[in-house]
Amino acid sequence: MTDTKEAGTPVGADLAAIELNGVKKTFHAHGDAVAAVKGIDVSIGEGEFFSLLGPSGCGKTTTMRMIAGFDEPTEGEVFLHGRNVVGVPPNKRDVNMVFQSYALFPHMSVFENVAFGLRRKGVAKSEVARRVGEMLEIVDLKGREKRRPRELSGGQQQRVALARALVNRPRALLLDEPLGALDLKLRQAMQVELKRIQREVGITFVYVTHDQNEALTMSDRIAVMNDGRIEQLGTPREIYERPATTFVAGFIGTSNVLSGTVARAGAGRAVIEPGLGERIVVPCTAAPGEEIELTVRPEKIDVRSDPPAGDGCALRGTVTEVVYLGMFTNYNVTTSTGAEVVVFVQNVSSADDVATRGDSVWLSWDPRHSYVIGA
Amino acid sequence: MRRRLAPYALILPGGLWLAIFFVVPMVVMLSFSLMQGDVVNGFSLTWHWQNYSEALSDYDDQLIRSLVYGVIATAACIVLAYPVAYWIAFRGGARKTTFLFLLLLPFFVSFVLRTFSWKFLLADDGIVLSPLKHAGLLPQDFHVIATGFAVVAGLTYNYLPFMVLPIYVALERVDPKMIEAAQDLYASPAQAFARVVFPLSLPGVFAGVLMTFVPVSADYVNATVLGGTNNTMIGNIIQNLYLVNNDYPQAAALSFTLMAILLIGIFLYARALGTEDVLEVATR
Repeated sequence: MTDTKEAGTPVGADLAAIELNGVKKTFHAHGDAVAAVKGIDVSIGEGEFFSLLGPSGCGKTTTMRMIAGFDEPTEGEVFLHGRNVVGVPPNKRDVNMVFQSYALFPHMSVFENVAFGLRRKGVAKSEVARRVGEMLEIVDLKGREKRRPRELSGGQQQRVALARALVNRPRALLLDEPLGALDLKLRQAMQVELKRIQREVGITFVYVTHDQNEALTMSDRIAVMNDGRIEQLGTPREIYERPATTFVAGFIGTSNVLSGTVARAGAGRAVIEPGLGERIVVPCTAAPGEEIELTVRPEKIDVRSDPPAGDGCALRGTVTEVVYLGMFTNYNVTTSTGAEVVVFVQNVSSADDVATRGDSVWLSWDPRHSYVIGA
Repeated sequence: MRRRLAPYALILPGGLWLAIFFVVPMVVMLSFSLMQGDVVNGFSLTWHWQNYSEALSDYDDQLIRSLVYGVIATAACIVLAYPVAYWIAFRGGARKTTFLFLLLLPFFVSFVLRTFSWKFLLADDGIVLSPLKHAGLLPQDFHVIATGFAVVAGLTYNYLPFMVLPIYVALERVDPKMIEAAQDLYASPAQAFARVVFPLSLPGVFAGVLMTFVPVSADYVNATVLGGTNNTMIGNIIQNLYLVNNDYPQAAALSFTLMAILLIGIFLYARALGTEDVLEVATR
């Protein structure tokens, strides 16, 4: 795990909306102990759109369920606005959840669904009607109050689930892969919609997803989780541009991982020289003779037929595959050292591809785009 | 053409079966209920509607008793079955099928035999009552057999699985996430049950009531075995009229009267519960 305190600071108030302190969770099933969450420290700021991103089984949902109160941590503390809520049942926690399956009450109308939480809190009747109406307007469902959930489309059900949680004005809203059941187009529309609603209501959102695009699009900060731990915590840009571990590099977008022995070093730069005229320049403090790993994003690399001038990065390789993808062309290149590199070249002009399969090419990129892993 | 006819061809065997063994006997019985005569001289259809008024006036006690027993036994079934169904559905885990099998295990023994074993157990000098009487915990003349209580208890026992199964099926379909959602929305566990789980299980309760109340009200085995002369149910009367007195018209008229009462009762019950809602939830 990398240091979570430095990377990115919570937006807003001094008191964190949610704070997890050394939280661990071990499940016992059939006599086996399974550690789902192996130690998480994170502080989520007031009004922040925070994503827990990771593959299935990484512990992100368990983490969220511990915030909601459906699971209790085996170890550690959960603070909601400075109050330790370990042992407090979900109905007494001021957070609300949007379930992946929506979990709308099928025997109740849209209005009744949305009013459910307010009624339990004993809010006055007129106030309930006003707030439910207001919320249904925000999620664009006015006029459908009397419908039953099953009479609505998937996207509409999604918005009812959102309204049902938000109408209570919780301290934080927890969303468990809420867009997972929608088709791509609707999902993209809902991403924009969610972000708009979050800005409008100003409530802290904790968003659990395995979809890196979703996380990158909406979040203020992202915690990339793997195997019960946070691999990296930072803004979408930090996570994407400077993946801290090979896992993050591989999980977020397409990334090229290169390795080699440092030949020369100085002035905050290390240089690997795989072959004649070839060099990988990395901004880091590694000393000559040290073995390092680095990443370069595919869209940062240029493909050319002649060696690049200057002292930027340069690698020789052979094109093994060219795939035209509309907005850009994807080149797979095998370098002289045998590494597989993916390059995205934007199709700026309608001219022919810069290279075809089997061509010998040079890859070049600005050293600023080389990132050492684990530094 | 062939494709269009295929569905009809498929329902033909079942349809024929029902027509021959259900509709025809019903019509025969209906006509019997309007006949006069006796076994020796034969019966003739004289549209004798008095069969019905006589049935109602002669056996009103037993009719009312049957319905009262039916309501009590059905209510007892709901109270006993619900927790069992709930437990199997939500806490049964991987052994759900085992529990359901255990529930159905008594069915492998004859219904009559099981009822007789109750008689044996609860007899005045049986293995339950006699030690209690010897210990002075019960008066010497205390008895269970030949009381209305014994009949209702027997009915409840015999029809309990018919209540558990449909309630279990309804509860099994309730997404546990629904309970979590209710609790997340500030409902206490009791409120979550009352507002979400119970309403969603109502179709199961409804089906369970249908499957117990109707056969319980018409049952005669329990009253025969566990009841006395004062606990006769309408089923006993019908059986007697048929098999002992051979008074087919009266028996048929009584059967149809019972059927009509049960149908009206069920219909009113469905209306009171809001069939629309029940069907809506059931078919979602």
